[in-house]
Order: sequence, then structure tokens, then C-alpha cells
Amino acid sequence: MSFKRNPQVFSGSIKEVTIGNGANAVTIGGIKTMPLYSFDAPAKHKVAIGVEISDLGVDRSLPGLAAYYEGAETLAQIAERASKMPGADFVVLALEGADPNGENRSVEDCVAEAKEVFEAIDRPLAIIGSKNVEKDTKLFSALAEALQGKNVLLVSAREENYKTLGASVVMAYGNKLSAESAVDINLAKQLNVLLTQMGIQPEAFVMNVGSAAAGYGYDYVASTLDRVRSAALSQNDVMLQMPIITPVASEAWAVKEAVVSEEDIPEWGSRESRGINMEVCTAAAVIAGGSDAVLLMHPQSVATISGMIAGLK
Amino acid sequence: MALKGLDIFKLTPKTNCKECGNPTCMAFAMKVAQGAIAVEKCPHMSADAIAQLSEATAPPMKTIKVGTGASEHTLGGETVLYRHEKTFVSRSLFAVDVTENADEKIAELEKIDYDRIGERMYVEALNVECKDAAAFADTVKKLSEKDRLLILDVKDAAAAEAALEICAAKKPVLNGATPENYAQFVEIAKKYGVVLGVSAPDLDTLYDTTAAIEKLGYKDLVLDVTGASMKDAFTNAVEVRRAALKANDRTFGYPSIVNVAKLAGGDQYMQTALATLFVVKYGSIIIMDGMTYGQALPLYGLRQNIFTDPQKPMKVEPGIYPLNGADENSVCVTTVDFALTYFVVSGELERSGVPCNFLISDAGGYSVLTAWAAGKFSAGSIAKFIKEHGVEDKIKSRKLVIPGKAAVLKGELEERLPGWTIVVAPNEATGLVKFMKESI
Repeated sequence: MSFKRNPQVFSGSIKEVTIGNGANAVTIGGIKTMPLYSFDAPAKHKVAIGVEISDLGVDRSLPGLAAYYEGAETLAQIAERASKMPGADFVVLALEGADPNGENRSVEDCVAEAKEVFEAIDRPLAIIGSKNVEKDTKLFSALAEALQGKNVLLVSAREENYKTLGASVVMAYGNKLSAESAVDINLAKQLNVLLTQMGIQPEAFVMNVGSAAAGYGYDYVASTLDRVRSAALSQNDVMLQMPIITPVASEAWAVKEAVVSEEDIPEWGSRESRGINMEVCTAAAVIAGGSDAVLLMHPQSVATISGMIAGLK
Repeated sequence: MALKGLDIFKLTPKTNCKECGNPTCMAFAMKVAQGAIAVEKCPHMSADAIAQLSEATAPPMKTIKVGTGASEHTLGGETVLYRHEKTFVSRSLFAVDVTENADEKIAELEKIDYDRIGERMYVEALNVECKDAAAFADTVKKLSEKDRLLILDVKDAAAAEAALEICAAKKPVLNGATPENYAQFVEIAKKYGVVLGVSAPDLDTLYDTTAAIEKLGYKDLVLDVTGASMKDAFTNAVEVRRAALKANDRTFGYPSIVNVAKLAGGDQYMQTALATLFVVKYGSIIIMDGMTYGQALPLYGLRQNIFTDPQKPMKVEPGIYPLNGADENSVCVTTVDFALTYFVVSGELERSGVPCNFLISDAGGYSVLTAWAAGKFSAGSIAKFIKEHGVEDKIKSRKLVIPGKAAVLKGELEERLPGWTIVVAPNEATGLVKFMKESI
């Protein structure tokens, strides 16, 4: 008796969401198999990679990162360089300066920064806010208005502000939104239901079901991704069929392994290499779990992960 | 085909003798049907019935033991494809290929040996490939003195026997059977009592070869799923595991071995990516070209997360953890022993750079609010910890920072700990850096 294959191709499929316009637009989703199971059926769209830059500039204490961005001084130059990174599909601007507990840059300044970045790149743009709900509600509405119809992705709306942001970002100004929930399938679904009930089409938003660096409670992320993807495909749960994006850089580069200096723990070796390994490991894990797009920072991580995605196609 | 409880019940003596530890034969039969108990537990069943049942109720994936003593490990025995369904039981093992530059590589990987939440993190296994029989035997000799599992990647029968003469007592994995040589390798594996690795150019041939080996009566196997490309390897790993657990095809019911060093060339980061992939999806032994601390930290952390029991929270050992070079005059900070809370809070405390003594008491492994609601993180439990761990003798500072979410404990703590000042931290760990710098 020879080996009998049992491909799992589901009737349900992940919705397709496009960001950006024209020739450089990027579409994610459309998958009908478990993540990366291209041997069951070819994937309609490959997993996309967003390259994250910060309005606070490049962390030039990392030699490899500094070398990549050498000569790029202004935010526009940095953005332009990021958009040319091999393996990059879109650019992600993290407005860290907007944080009320940090520099607390004004909404007007942030909008100006975002426009500058948008003009400098010929790839789709995603924008991460300050992670302060109150500030982001104002900020995202203003950003969506300033970039009306440009089809940018704003990361993220939460339970506290989905109504305002759904109405402004998507309905009024025709941009895309990500819906963030805290590593729980029920919370993820609830937020999707709420957004859908406002009349927002599933093609207009993506999910961020939460993320964690490898070793830092990643067990919850792994099971949430597994369960969300299983429910979307095998149970054809349309309220969980939105594509998933996962911010990886912000988690991976914030844990001890990527923060502690080489002087403090010499046996651990170069901080940059540790950070890249943490970023690569976390990204590979969330992609294996079902993320349709990952947000990464380091050019080496982008090269490795895009190589892995291509190799598994 | 899986049998129903009733079918099994028909084969029991139906005497309810309880010798199997169950109240009735029916209860026993139901448990056998679920795979919760082995049919051999019933002392009164006929040999025929046992043979009939053990075939039908055997777990879908074999549990294979490799190595000896401290380097003994269990592979396989998984019953589910996703960890939320039931705990994964056998964590992936990491191996480093030491075919070339063995001394150098071993010295390098021996540096990685640390404890993370009660688990020893190190490179469990060493892989050596036979490229030249004499050099191979030399390396095997060297490795046989190490307290690690050996994997012999050798397709030549004579070289395999020579190596096993040296190291058979260590119960290495003989990764050598192919569609061409399997009959000979089965004999060798039987003779030396070692687990046999099976490889083939494609999945169909792997299946046929494994079936042929089973026919020869050998079932201590691992399947080498490596293949020619990363896509082949991933496809094979998933197909093999899925066939065993979902389609109940026992021919593929064996642990896997995957050599990411062969797939990624010398690219360290690609090896990290692929090792990650196979920790998440179905690699039992993962062979890498090397293991740096930078790779070990995320990979072992990930593995610990994936192979933890989803119903049991991960806990850190209660105790006093000095951070940022804290001494007896440094402030005390406390929270629960839930591993995730510990890591997030200790990370932020470290980022603040403020020296502090981090006190972790036994709170049942719950998060702050849950532990507080369950009465496991209370003024009483914190005060008890401070007494029992002799905090007042070891530390002179009398300032204690408590989690913002447990702010209600402040008053009672002040009563129970006379002389202490209780300070309430922010609700979220993200506020800790600012708080520690400005308020402590």
C-alpha cells in the first residue's frame, strides 16, 4: 500500500485585503490552507513583510542597521531607504514620538511626518500609533483625513476606540484599519463583529491578535493563532477570516535578550545578532501560526524571513 | 481503525474484578478506547484479545527512547496536531552537527547550559556525518565520551558497525536506512539495539521503506524528513505527522529528524528561522550547524512555550532576585510567580536601571488580578514570604513596591509589616521605567 495524501483544502478562505494603490499595492490573505501548507494548495498571496522605521530615527548603536541607513538622515530619506530594502513589501512608520509618556509630539507634527514618509516611498504605508488609546484616536483620525484615499493601514484600533476609528479611518477617508485584541480568540472575534456591524466590509480591515517575543508568553500567541486560523478555515467562521498582521520588531527588540549590552553579559555575544535572532525566531513562529504579514525592523531579519517565505512557496 | 468502548468491553472478562484499577470492566473499556490506559492492564484478557486490541488501540504515534543516563530522551508519543487540543508531550531536541571542526564546535556549544524556569537549556545531541570512514570513527570516539545523545548519519554498513562498536552503549540514533540498504541496516540496528533513522528521496519512497522495515519486525524508528529543499522538509514533516495523527496511518507514526544545517547552508539566521519552523511544526530532532547564545535564547524560549501544558501556567521559583546590581539597601519590588508576569516586569525593571530586590512569592502561577481574587496574592501571603525568606535580615531597605492592580493591599500590608513603607506601582508594566526612575 502506498502513501495516501490527505490534503486539507477548506471551503472557507481568508479574506483579501489590499493596502496601497496602483502598481505597488500589496494584497494579503486569500489563503485556503493551514499556514504555509502550499503542498495542499498554492497560496494566492505570499506572506508580506513590512519594514518598520521610527519617527525617533534609526538606532545607530546597531552597526548593521546603521550601515544600512548610512547617509539617510531625514525621516524621508530613512523611509526611502527602507522602501528599497530587499524583501520589503511595504513600509511601516512607528510614531513613537507621539507617546504622551515620551516626547508627546503633537497630532499636527505627526501628520506632517506621515505625509513626508508617504511622499518619499513608492510602496504602501502602514502607520503604528503611540499605543496610547486616547492619543491614537485623535491621531489616526487626523492621519486618515490627511492621507484620504491613499489606502494606508493604521495599526491599531482597539475595543475602546474602534467606533470612532472605524467611522473616520475606513468609512470617511477610505483607509484600512487593523483591529487589535489581546491574545484571545473571543476578543478577536468580538472586535471583528463590532466593526462589521458598523457596516465596515471585511476587506477593509485586518486583525492584530496580539504578539509576544519567543519565550515571553508566546504559548498564548501560538494557540490563539492556531485557533483563529482553524476556526476561520475548518468551521468557515467568517468573523475570523480577516488576514492577520503581527508586529514583531516592537516585541522582539524590547526583550532582555535584545536589550542587554554585550558589556553586561559578554558570553551572550553581540546585541545586534541576538536581536536579529529574536526577531527572526518570533517572525518565523507567527508566520507558521498564520500571520499574513509581519512587521520587522532589521534588514538581516527581512532578508532571512523573505528567503524563508520564498523557500516555502 | 479506532475501536469503540463497547467493542472493547465485549472482549473483557466482564467480572468487574477491579484488578486493573477501574471500578468496572465497562469503565476500563472506555478508558482503553480513549487511549488513556493500555489494554495490557487487564490481567484476565486472553492473549488473542490483547493482540487484537493492542494493535487497534496502540497510540497513533510511537514513543521512542534514545540515549542513556543523563542523555536519555523521549521522542514522539504525540496525540494531537495543535497544542490547544492537548499538551505536546515530547519537546523537540536540538542537535549540532560536528562532522567538521568537532573540538571547536563542542567547546562552543558547551558554553550554552543554563536554567530557564526550571528547565535545563543546552544542546542535547551531537550529529556526525560519515564522509570518510576513518575520520568518522575518530569523531565518534571523541563524541562517545560526551554526555550527549549521538546521531550517526551514516549510510555505509561497515562504517556504521565500526561506529556502533565504539558507542552502542550510549544508545545513539543510527540515521542510516535508505531504500537501498534498509535490510542490512535493520540487522545492524537489531544487533546493537539502537533506534534506526530512515531516509528516502521522497515521501512515497519513505513510506514504502518504512513499511518494509516494519515488515522485518523493527519498529524503533525515526523518520528523516530533511529532503532536498526547505519546502520538501516542511512538507514531509507536516505530511508525516498529519498522516499519523489525523489519518491514523501508523506507518508514519514515528518521530522525525530534520537537518536544517543541510537546508540553510552556513546561514545562521536562516537556521534560526527553520529551526523555529520545525519547533512549531513537528520536528522531533532538529540538527543545526552550530548554536550560538544568540540563537539559543529565542529558540529554547520558544520551545519552552510551545511544549508547555496549556492548562498549567508556567511558574518561576519563589525567591529574592536582585536586579541591576541591587544590594541590601536597594528597594524591594514584588509581584506574582506567573512566568509571563515575572518576565515582563523584570524586563521593565531592568530597563529602568534602578537597582532593586525583586521578591517573588508563591501565588499559584496566576496573574496579579487572578491571584489576588483567588486569595493567593494577599497581604498575608506577601508578609509570610518576607518572614519565611528572612527578607528583613537580608535586606535593610524597608520600602516595598506592590503592583498597581493590587493597590488595595497597601493598608493591610502596612499593618502586617510594621516599619515598611508600601508604594503602589502603575497598573501596567509599561509604566515601570518612568515610575522607577522618578518615584523610587
